[in-house]
Amino acid sequence: MAEVREDLRYQSSHEWVRLEEDGTVTVGISDHAQDALGDVVFVELPEVGQSVNAGDDIAVVESVKAASDIYAPIAGQVIACNDRLESEPETVNESPFDDGWFFKLEVTGPNALASLLTAEAYADLCASEEAD
Amino acid sequence: MKQTRLAPNHLAAGGKMVDFSGWEMPLHYGSQMDEHHAVRQSVGMFDVSHMSVVDVQGRDSAPYLQKLLANDVARLKAPGRALYSAMLNPTGGVKDDLIVYRLALGYRLVVNCGTRDKDLAWMRVCSSGFEVEILERSELALIAVQGPESLNLLDAILEPHQQSLLAGLAPFEGGFAGDWFLARTGYTGELGVEVMLPNAAAEGLWTALMAAGVRPIGLGARDTLRLEAGMNLYGQDMDESHSPLSSNLEWTLKHNGRDFIGEAAVLEMKASEASSALIGLVMLGRGVLRAHYPVYAQDILVGEITSGAFSPTLQAGIGFARVKPWEGPLSVEIRGKRQAVEPVSLPFVRRGQKVYEKVIAET
Repeated sequence: MAEVREDLRYQSSHEWVRLEEDGTVTVGISDHAQDALGDVVFVELPEVGQSVNAGDDIAVVESVKAASDIYAPIAGQVIACNDRLESEPETVNESPFDDGWFFKLEVTGPNALASLLTAEAYADLCASEEAD
Repeated sequence: MKQTRLAPNHLAAGGKMVDFSGWEMPLHYGSQMDEHHAVRQSVGMFDVSHMSVVDVQGRDSAPYLQKLLANDVARLKAPGRALYSAMLNPTGGVKDDLIVYRLALGYRLVVNCGTRDKDLAWMRVCSSGFEVEILERSELALIAVQGPESLNLLDAILEPHQQSLLAGLAPFEGGFAGDWFLARTGYTGELGVEVMLPNAAAEGLWTALMAAGVRPIGLGARDTLRLEAGMNLYGQDMDESHSPLSSNLEWTLKHNGRDFIGEAAVLEMKASEASSALIGLVMLGRGVLRAHYPVYAQDILVGEITSGAFSPTLQAGIGFARVKPWEGPLSVEIRGKRQAVEPVSLPFVRRGQKVYEKVIAET
């Protein structure tokens, strides 16, 4: 059973979102997502400084199985990317919630984190997918 | 879905089971990447019992197969010798690719599982006028043990009469030890053995190999291993609408006046305009090649990827592409962007090492 962290919010497309103390948000993919993808071999990250809208596909994760888009959970500006994923994409498999983060956003619009899935709702989603 | 005799063993080993041409087979047992490296660096084993073993016996076995197959079984000078061949349709398309072993009496063919029904039907149609018996051996399981340590590890668990058989086998040669058939063949570009044995004995061999530390390998790593080794996959790199000339199979055609099925069509194609070619591509930047990505020479669409992957050994995107004659640098379109690729000779990898060289000449 994949880990779902209680202190995070999620998208139904399997990104996790963490609100940091300084008001920025960090985005990665869930343990369930990395497990379903299999070994990650390539990550394409957004440009730092890029402005994004909620729902934009701004990164790509490629595994041995398939290429998947990563969607911005909220409108904002990209303020950092995890360059480590370019040389060590397997970090996404090894540490999806910590070292395997993808990018950080400075929120520019209204804070819409509340509209994302709670850990409980996301765990239900994963359970229903695993039952398929 | 159909299952091989080893299905419970796959589940017990953590196999992630998927539907492969109607068979429930393991895609991986945790990490496809680790499984790939295990075969390149030490040893791994594959359950390939879904493949179909077909024996051809009878007085006309040789002339029948000389008609049916594009490679010539007359090249098999002694029992046990094997060759790789395409089986063509009358218009020169590839019906299937297979391995054929010469036996003391007759021949043994190993064909793909996805093409089994049409192969058997075709083989029966073509047998008209020949005194042959076509016998599918569905009571046999097939276990491939592959990797630099494969021979040593297998040897350690075999019976003495099996050991002496194995010790005497040359590459691409097989033989019987009782009701087991051992052959020095495989689909990985590594040292290895394929063991055909009665279903009832399959679990015993599998369990003994597991106990000896041989890791089970799923279909995912089987695909990246064969791709690195420059070996085609039927249905992706070959099919009935493409000739051997445009499938990197010209080396398997043996033209010696025996008039095999599809030969006239192939010779006609060869004499007319230049056909497409199936070539190797390596990405110069970071990324992954995947089937059906379009291939460009400068701004002209020249073909598409037929099989692609991230090569665990080379740590680069690699693939096969079927391309028309081209001029200038090649690129592949990935998510709307052109990425530079280099055309290379095949295979990419053999015996664990990078072996390709850049193809200098444009076709």
